[in-house]
Amino acid sequence: MTLLNQKVCDIEAAIADIPDGATIMVGGFGSPGTPFALLDALLASGQRDLTLIKNDANEPSIGIGKLIEAGRVTHLITSHLGLNRFAIEAMNNGTLKVSFHPQGLLAEKIRCAGVGHGGFLTDIGQGTEIAEARRSIDVDGVTWGIEAALQADVALVHAERADRYGNLIYRATASNFNPLMAMAADRVIAQTYRIDEPGDLPIDAIHTPCAFVSQVVQVDRASSQQGVRPHDL
Amino acid sequence: MISDQQRMLTRAAREVIDGQIVNLGIGLPTRLFHYLPDDMDVLVHSENGVLGCRLLDSGEQPDIDMIDSGGTYITTRAGASVFDSATSFAMIRRSRVDLTFMGAFEVDQQGNLANWKIPGKFSPGIGGAMELAQKVARLVVLCSHNDKHGNPKILSRCQLPLTASRCVSRIITEKAVMDVTPEGLDVVEIAEGLSVEALREATDATLLIDESRLGRF
Repeated sequence: MTLLNQKVCDIEAAIADIPDGATIMVGGFGSPGTPFALLDALLASGQRDLTLIKNDANEPSIGIGKLIEAGRVTHLITSHLGLNRFAIEAMNNGTLKVSFHPQGLLAEKIRCAGVGHGGFLTDIGQGTEIAEARRSIDVDGVTWGIEAALQADVALVHAERADRYGNLIYRATASNFNPLMAMAADRVIAQTYRIDEPGDLPIDAIHTPCAFVSQVVQVDRASSQQGVRPHDL
Repeated sequence: MISDQQRMLTRAAREVIDGQIVNLGIGLPTRLFHYLPDDMDVLVHSENGVLGCRLLDSGEQPDIDMIDSGGTYITTRAGASVFDSATSFAMIRRSRVDLTFMGAFEVDQQGNLANWKIPGKFSPGIGGAMELAQKVARLVVLCSHNDKHGNPKILSRCQLPLTASRCVSRIITEKAVMDVTPEGLDVVEIAEGLSVEALREATDATLLIDESRLGRF
C-alpha cells in the first residue's frame, strides 16, 4: 500500500505499471461516475488483454467503449450492454467474451470482496437460468444460491472531491459502483476534480476512507462531459 | 382521441397510491412520470441510486451527475436521497420499494415474466430487472397485448427465458386490465369499444370474465 503522503500522482504514472492481462474494475453507471480521464490514459498507455468489470459498456466511443472498440478488452463482466451497439456486436461476433450478472448481484459480489468475504447466499434468480448455472446450499431447510465475491487487480474510480491521503467523496448518481469498487481491488486509483489538504473534507461526509485508496489523480471537470444524452421522454 | 399508449398510461397511473415508493421500468413505464398527479406524495426510486427523482422542469438545466437508470437526466424532489448501487438493491431485495411497472416480451397466467432475452436475437443483459421483478412488493406489467406480428404476449405459459417466476400481480395492456389468480387471469377491466370475444381472440391464456362486474377504461 502506498504511504499516506505519497498518493497524489500524475495520471500517466498512475496507469503506466498496470500489466497486460489485468482485471480492472471501472466505476460508473452510464456516464455519471465513469472515470473517463483514467480510461483515456489507459487507452493511450497500451495495455492489452484486459478483463473489465463495469455495470455497463458506456455509450459507443466513450469510456470503456473506446477500449472495447480498440480490441483491448478480452472479457467484460457486466449487467447489461443496452446503450452500446458496438459492444453487443463484439459479443455477437465473438471478439469480446461477456459475462452477465443481475445488477444487484454484481454490486453485491463486488461489495463482498470489498469487505473481505468470499461470497454470499441469495435467492435472486431462483426459477431462472441464472440459478441453473450456480451451486446451491440448504441452510436450515431453506435453499440458497451461492454467489462468489468478485475481486480485481485494479479499480478505477471517480470521486467529486478527495484529499491528499485519498479520502473520497462522491456526488449524486455518480456514486453507484464507485464506493464498492474502491474497497474491492488490490490497487485503487481515484480520479477527482479537487484534491484538498488532510483535514479540509468534513470527516462525517467521507464515503471512502483513505485506507482503501492507493493513488489520487486530479482531472479537469471538462473530462467528464461525455455521453450527454438528449432528454427523450 | 387518445392513443392506446395514453390510455394505458392513464390507467396505470391509477395503480399508484399516495405515500408509496415506486420504481418505473425502462421504456413505456418511464413515461408514467408525466401521468402522476402533482399533489401525490410519491418517491420514485431509480436503481442507479436515487430515491425521490422527478423530471426536469422546462428550462431547468441538467446536472451531468444526475440520471435515472434509463440514462435520462432527472433531478430530485424534497425528501430525496442518493446512495450507492449496493444500497439501492438492498432497498429492492428487502421489498422497501412498494410498486414497480415493467414491460414484457411475454407474461403468463402463473404470473411469470419474460422481458430480458430472446435467445439468438436479443441479449443485451439483464440490468436490474431480475431483482426488481422478484422482490418489489407489487409488480404491474405494462405492455402491448400482442407483438408486432399480432401474436399474443399474454400466454398460458411463457416460452422465453424468465426474468422471474410468479412475480406479476396485474397486467395492463391497451385491451384489458388483468389480475393473476390461481384459476387464471381475472379480467377486471376491458378497453372501451372492445368485445369480450375480441379480447379472447387476442389472448392465449385462461381468461376469467364476469360481464356483470367488468369495468371499462
